[in-house]
Amino acid sequence: MCAPEATNLSMHKQLPFCTLKKQSLNMEILSKIATNDKHGENSPYFDGWKAYERNPFHLTKNPQGVIQMGLAENQLCFDLIEEWIRNNPKASICTPEGVHQFRDIANFQDYHGLQDFRNGMANFMSKVRGGRVRFDPDRILMSGGATGANELIMFCLADPGDAFMVPTPYYPAFVRDLCWRTGVQLIPVHCDSSNNFKITLPALEEAYQKAKEEKINVKGLIITNPSNPLGTTLDKDTLKSLVSFTNQKNIHLVCDEIYAATVFNTPSYVSVSEVIQEMENCRKELIHVICSLSKDMGFPGFRVGIVYSFNDTVVNCGRKMSSFGLVSSQTQHMLASMLLDENFVTKFLEESSRRLAERHDKFVKGLEEVNITRFPSNAGLFCWMNLKGLLEEQSFESELKLWRVIIHEVKINVSPGSSFNCSEPGWFRVCFANMDDETVDVALKRIRAFVGKEGTKKPLGFKRWRPNLRLSFSSSKFDHETVLSPHSPIPTSPLVRAT
Amino acid sequence: MRLLSTKATCDTHGQGSSYFIGWEAYEKNPYDEVHNPKGIIQMGLAENQLSFDLLESWLEKNPDVSGFKRDGKSMFRELALFQDYHGLPSFKKALADFMSDIRGNKVTFDPNHMVLTAGSTSANETLMFCLAEEGDAFLLPTPYYPGFDRDLKWRTGVEIVPIQCTSSNNFQITEPALQQAYQDACKRNLRVKGVLVTNPSNPLGTTMSRSEMNLLVDFIKSQNDMHLISDEIYSGTVFSSPGFVSVMEVLKERNDLKDGDEIWNRVHVIYSLSKDLGLPGFRVGVIYSENDTVVAAATKMSSFGLVSSQTQYLLSAMLEDKKFTKNYIVENQKRLKRRQRMLVSGLKKAGISCLESNAGLFCWVDMRHLLHSNTFDAEIELWKNIVYKVGLNISPGSSCHCSEPGWFRLCFANMSEETLNLAMKRLKGFVVESTSTTQSHRSALFNASSKRNSLTKWVFRLSSRDHHRDQEER
Repeated sequence: MCAPEATNLSMHKQLPFCTLKKQSLNMEILSKIATNDKHGENSPYFDGWKAYERNPFHLTKNPQGVIQMGLAENQLCFDLIEEWIRNNPKASICTPEGVHQFRDIANFQDYHGLQDFRNGMANFMSKVRGGRVRFDPDRILMSGGATGANELIMFCLADPGDAFMVPTPYYPAFVRDLCWRTGVQLIPVHCDSSNNFKITLPALEEAYQKAKEEKINVKGLIITNPSNPLGTTLDKDTLKSLVSFTNQKNIHLVCDEIYAATVFNTPSYVSVSEVIQEMENCRKELIHVICSLSKDMGFPGFRVGIVYSFNDTVVNCGRKMSSFGLVSSQTQHMLASMLLDENFVTKFLEESSRRLAERHDKFVKGLEEVNITRFPSNAGLFCWMNLKGLLEEQSFESELKLWRVIIHEVKINVSPGSSFNCSEPGWFRVCFANMDDETVDVALKRIRAFVGKEGTKKPLGFKRWRPNLRLSFSSSKFDHETVLSPHSPIPTSPLVRAT
Repeated sequence: MRLLSTKATCDTHGQGSSYFIGWEAYEKNPYDEVHNPKGIIQMGLAENQLSFDLLESWLEKNPDVSGFKRDGKSMFRELALFQDYHGLPSFKKALADFMSDIRGNKVTFDPNHMVLTAGSTSANETLMFCLAEEGDAFLLPTPYYPGFDRDLKWRTGVEIVPIQCTSSNNFQITEPALQQAYQDACKRNLRVKGVLVTNPSNPLGTTMSRSEMNLLVDFIKSQNDMHLISDEIYSGTVFSSPGFVSVMEVLKERNDLKDGDEIWNRVHVIYSLSKDLGLPGFRVGVIYSENDTVVAAATKMSSFGLVSSQTQYLLSAMLEDKKFTKNYIVENQKRLKRRQRMLVSGLKKAGISCLESNAGLFCWVDMRHLLHSNTFDAEIELWKNIVYKVGLNISPGSSCHCSEPGWFRLCFANMSEETLNLAMKRLKGFVVESTSTTQSHRSALFNASSKRNSLTKWVFRLSSRDHHRDQEER
């Protein structure tokens, strides 16, 4: 008697089935969330990503390829982390030195998170803020990266149909993170270059009143500080005014501080958590902070998102919700050791800042050589470039036209300001921390050529701390390693990395 | 205006249930062989702690993986940067193969139809978000995992309507019960989007029969917009016959379904490594579906709870070692079987029987004869005695929405043999003491319990105190 043959279930995909019928059937049998496009990934802005995926730059193997400058990753300090890992085998539950902890860690799914991990995070967050604030480990909630954290706080604070105000320009994926499954809507607060994109009280008031008139229930304001895409930090007075505004309106203030440790220049960073310490009669229960290690340390793969709320009910409820996106205990354990190593954290933050400053300065100098200005910034992993002078006309159509030229002719993937909901055309975000020095040189050369000057100038003698660094991700693509970088041959959504 | 969301202030998360009182009691007074021998023994925790040594020895033999190395080269940077929601291809492939092995290779899985999520908690919620919305309901056979109230309902707004199963036929799903559940949902103006079953069952510890599965397939076949979700997270814990039959296998066997029948778009499987491999901390969940739209949507949603890249990397190496996995599956099942036998015989010595089971990390125990009345109040009364007097944290059937009082779930795979023996000894002592109690004592208990006004419902509302490890109660 024969055993039943193995069934390859994928066969069913290939057999005849009317696609249209399937699609319309899916519309009936699936939820609206599953079939709408509020995830934002059908946006035309991903042409740049597709161009990169089809033809990724490699210094030696594909020097004519598209350079990825749309990816806000911090790749500058992995050597420091790798050194730490080599010197601290106990931090891993897989090494001979650490395996005795394997079973306890592998078993640990308590949504409070490992105590050491929370202590380490509290310690790290405090150091990033110059030690001027202390964080309570018991208020630290985990979530699936900043993506998960932002969604979680929305679920806690707002009901479907409620709204959150957000200053423009803002991170494109907020639409997915804050709105898609939560049913919350975003109300843009317009900021523009006439006053350096400052978030003004009149602008806030206008957005708020307009929402009220339309009978929209505004639950809060979400800001990103340091700003993505501007790369700037908010000053104390502005922060205080935002706290006062939201307090007075009895609405929440959510501060996405995921770029806090990417501040590389003065003015030094001021967190909302610092500001509220100085404000008497401030209603702390309306204040919530989002943190992550994806930008500060360059660990987007480890999915460390943190919600830190000053509201006890939110902490309680949010902790239960964190079940949907807990940080792997293996990762918590490793990071606990790392973040509790005071000397390492201090050294890392200093060096990371220094390298970011160096990289920023190099890039900005290169832009200035061809009279491209950028919005002066002191933080972040990107520049907010002003290309208004290159537009045919001051319109978003022209902006997109210029953008397509940059992608297809200059072969650099950058992000157009309109994708960030910028209210004025001509701005582009360009990332500089996700590549090596040589690639930066090539990018600048191409930009110079595009703008009209020939790039024969030698780059200044920057001290190279990674002389043999090659683009790690592209090398693995071409070496066909089975462990794939973000740039695997499988088409991936740009939104995965479009931060 | 309400300051927080409705979700933040309601209790649909289910943590107010009596279920968690036992947890609290345990946390305050946990048993320890040396330091606290009179403490409460944790038997409410469906964890598999029996086979860590096998994993540890694999790690010792594979030092490269531990150092983030492959062929001597450091993979750290790539892993730290890898946040592609499609997941590490090598990991998905290895996982697909592992899932096939568990099913005796009678079905195989295509990695392109898999979505990785942070644990099955996230997988279940994500699948709900894809298939249903507020105003919809899924039918679930009782008794079911208490955490489903949180995972399926809380943030999605979807409702659960129970399919009442009873001990008269070993809690199997019957057609009348299924139809009744459907009618109940309609009466509540809920649109039934399908059925969700756990196979092997939590808390029953039994594998679902082919006839039950065919009944369910018939049911969703009759309506072209209903789904069947099979939560198969315990599939690797089947330790005796009848063996495990996946819903995918049943679907394939049916003569009335052509290949490519649209019903394949409406059947989905949930998997996890928390039970089979005993790795709940690593947060590895899987949604498997032949429906491309579901896979596409769920993949995007997995952004909210991706599996840590370093964990994917470690496990891909482990699961790629086929010799290791085959041995692990067999050895793990052997140990589970032995441990289950210990529990069953220990219970028998105490005059307690349980539902005959062939899977899972627990037994479904019949303590109806120990109730002073056939009520859920009496069940809770008995349960409290067992928690506080006997010192065993076990799970009352009412917390699993069981339709009849007197059933309890006892876990056996999360402690040492010695501890299990001690637990059985304590239980036996309690039973002996209980059965020799006078009638007056019993009626005193009954009077006392009826006076408590908080016992009108079987569910207790807890104080606002938080509870640790509540999510491990599967």
